[in-house]
Amino acid sequence: MSEQKTKPKRSRLRKIARRTFLIGTGAIAGGLAVGYYFYQREHPNPLLADLDDGEVSFNHYVTVAPDNTITIIVPRAEMGQGVSTTLAALVAEELDVGLHAINIEHGPASPAYLNQAMMIESAPFPTFDRSFSAEGMRGVMEVVSKYLALQVTSGSSATIDAFEKMRYAGAATREVLKQAAAEKFGVPQSTLATENATVTDPASGQSATYGELAASAVGKAPPADMELRGRSEWKLLGKAQPRTDIRKKVTGMPIFGVDVDLPEMLYATVKMNPRLGGTVNSIDAAEAEKMKGVVKVVPIESQTGNGFGVIANNSWRAFQAAEAVKADWGSAPYPADTDAITAKLKEALNGGEVSSLREAGDVTTTFADAPSDNLVEAEYQVPYLAHACMEPMNATAWFRDGKLDVWAPNQAPTILQDICASTAGIDGTDVAIHTTFLGGGFGRRGEVDFAIYATKLAMAADGKPIKVTWAREEDTTHDTYRPGAIGRYRAVLDDAGHPKALHATVAAPSIMASVLGRTYPSLPAGGPDKTIIEGAYDQPYEIEHYRIDAAKADLAIPVGFWRSVGNSFNPFMHESFLDEIAAKSGKDPLALRLELAKPWPTATGVLQKVADMAHWGEPIPDGRAQGVAFALSFGTWVAQIVQVKDEDGSIRIEKVWCAADPGEVLDPGIFKAQMMSGIVFGLSSAVGQEITFADGMVEQSNFHDYDAIRMNQCPDIEVEILENAAHMGGAGEPGTPPSIPALANAVFALTANRVRKLPLSNEVDFV
Amino acid sequence: MKLTVNGAVHELDIEPEMPLLWVLRDELNIKGPKFGCGIAMCGACTVHVDGEPVRSCSLAIGDVEGEVTTIDAIASDDTLHAVQEAWIKEQVPQCGYCQSGQIMSAVALLRDVPNPTDEDIDDAMSGNLCRCGTYPRIRAAIKSAAAMKVGA
Ligand code: FES
Ligand code: FES
Repeated sequence: MSEQKTKPKRSRLRKIARRTFLIGTGAIAGGLAVGYYFYQREHPNPLLADLDDGEVSFNHYVTVAPDNTITIIVPRAEMGQGVSTTLAALVAEELDVGLHAINIEHGPASPAYLNQAMMIESAPFPTFDRSFSAEGMRGVMEVVSKYLALQVTSGSSATIDAFEKMRYAGAATREVLKQAAAEKFGVPQSTLATENATVTDPASGQSATYGELAASAVGKAPPADMELRGRSEWKLLGKAQPRTDIRKKVTGMPIFGVDVDLPEMLYATVKMNPRLGGTVNSIDAAEAEKMKGVVKVVPIESQTGNGFGVIANNSWRAFQAAEAVKADWGSAPYPADTDAITAKLKEALNGGEVSSLREAGDVTTTFADAPSDNLVEAEYQVPYLAHACMEPMNATAWFRDGKLDVWAPNQAPTILQDICASTAGIDGTDVAIHTTFLGGGFGRRGEVDFAIYATKLAMAADGKPIKVTWAREEDTTHDTYRPGAIGRYRAVLDDAGHPKALHATVAAPSIMASVLGRTYPSLPAGGPDKTIIEGAYDQPYEIEHYRIDAAKADLAIPVGFWRSVGNSFNPFMHESFLDEIAAKSGKDPLALRLELAKPWPTATGVLQKVADMAHWGEPIPDGRAQGVAFALSFGTWVAQIVQVKDEDGSIRIEKVWCAADPGEVLDPGIFKAQMMSGIVFGLSSAVGQEITFADGMVEQSNFHDYDAIRMNQCPDIEVEILENAAHMGGAGEPGTPPSIPALANAVFALTANRVRKLPLSNEVDFV
Repeated sequence: MKLTVNGAVHELDIEPEMPLLWVLRDELNIKGPKFGCGIAMCGACTVHVDGEPVRSCSLAIGDVEGEVTTIDAIASDDTLHAVQEAWIKEQVPQCGYCQSGQIMSAVALLRDVPNPTDEDIDDAMSGNLCRCGTYPRIRAAIKSAAAMKVGA
């Protein structure tokens, strides 16, 4: 056995954070065109370091080779949400190249790509931490927090962020190529046209490809008054494009992290203390180290977990040997079982210390004065959840000559670079992060644990590359979970049955504190956390006396961003409760929402639309019922209706209608697919998923006890897009939040059973 | 022992209990079949043995009797298999990780049942998990492949 000891380096977070905030302010306050130039000035082009012979790069997003090979950089993780298509189309639209005639690459991890979307990713930590709200930062924080309403992980914000910037990159490249062509042809630039990566002069009949012009265009400056093309001129954007990654994905190409293959590569796995965050009392690897193909067993101590790795010459042999290691695990730093964990949530709920993000009217007096007949009260509970990405966590690392290369399906390359550098005790400039395709992300791959372990094992691998694949059991039991939560809701109805007061308190552990604590342990992590009540405090409903309180529960189970974050549970509570109000007052659930959302036509628009799609309120065949729900998350307004059917006492989810308004949609095909995906993800959790604890360990381990909806259970899904919202919203996550309450409300409509605790299958049967 | 994969014969000196999946991926560098669960619960590792779909993560190499075909070999040169074409037409994949397995299950289904009903599709495909929720498009693609008469 060998022991890995590395001295963590001082974190670069402060520096990174300051820089990103400043970029954010520049771009927002100075206008987008200014932002583009500011951004270009601020960060040298990282592509210049790695060009092929004769290849040139005009900016962070485009390279052109002499043979007219055009490469567009999409520096965002492709985890299925189609960024490698839509973001490339932004550049291609202005550059006049075909989307399928170009190369699309992820590009290097570089602070140059730490743009607004990355700012959104990295900013939440300090924003919720008062000690970071230093003098002079407050104004910036305000701007940042507006953006935070959109998204915390990269998925739903990638397009919003890139929308102007990447189109400018395409336009700027086109313009300098035209300048070069004008000189070459001896004609004024204004007569030139561009198409298919070629500049032509229709009058003289001359033409040259971008590849032929590229070398002479280097160093030219694009015009300062460059204008982007209007929507009516778009050829690619606004229309469904064939995905650029599709052929690779139907031919089984080795595009994922688990597929990385390097010369003399070793294979490894890890087994960390299943009492998450606990220490290791002892490890006996004697048997394991004798097994066929096993190179060695390496203890791992780290900020994200303690345990060991097994290095072997085959992944399966590593899995087998890991099972043969006898480990005595230390105890968990949180209550040992689900009941005790629930008690902690209740303690926070009843504890009285809350922070409110929505306060209208006078809730306290209204409730004190209300006749008890006019009260509605309910308590809701949701469980911890695992991400269960199809591709188990993995990373490949190669440490040689003081330099580290890490290949990983990940959502945060620059953070990985920073953390891997401190893990290896080297400088960030000596770490290269290679981002592969992701076999699912859902927020899990914004974490750093898989890369830390791979780095540590690579340092014990004598200069050989090492691929570390987690067994599914390790993945399920060592996730950064969607937190469990409990919400207490109460309302006062007026005599017409209209809610005149609504008060909710939601207790959950802080996701922000958990993420920050394990990513940058040296930084303080206190302060309120809006994820506890997002999806409840920020909904477009008008109620005279309205208060939503967050109560932070003190639980050390690692929790993280799970597709739609706090929106994955708050709309379940809030929207179920609106249905309970409707039931009490005898109102139609849809009509009640239309009433409350009246000041927001975008909200009533999607509600009305989905009602039309589902023929809401019209007679439907026997044994069927519908439920409706709405949620505004990540800037996208979504209403859904779920139809369920009684099949011999079991419930079938027969149909889902979804009306979504993200403002402008750049690719309706990909947007609809994302809604559909979010719906299946949400329904899967609502039907049957829960993570429970016993003896400090997660009880579920694989898809037999942590399953998701399958082909035979999947409803028909119909999605319609509206484009009335004033600002562009996200796509990756907003489909999930309303699906859960819409199903619970449909189950109530069908069975008169109001299920207030997820998953629903603990109380009703599904096919 | 001898193993025939995608038409090529391999001579292997390997413990017979190693699952076929890991022989393919780590010993033969055939990366089409993916690892999802290791217990026959997700279908990501689906390959054909003599044309029958099997979960290669749960089939010991010592028990493989027949020729193995993986997603890597169902297209011939530049011509994709009709099921792959249908997958492109319906734009099925999202992350894509489950799709090798989905396609291998669908190819076997369509060979046995050229015009599958919804129930046939449910039966043949419910062992293949997709966390991205692409099922409605998979169903559409199977029907569109059937319409192209791939089973005939
Ligand atoms: S990996 Fe074989 S079925 Fe999941
Ligand atoms: S496409 Fe991602 S798991 Fe199926």
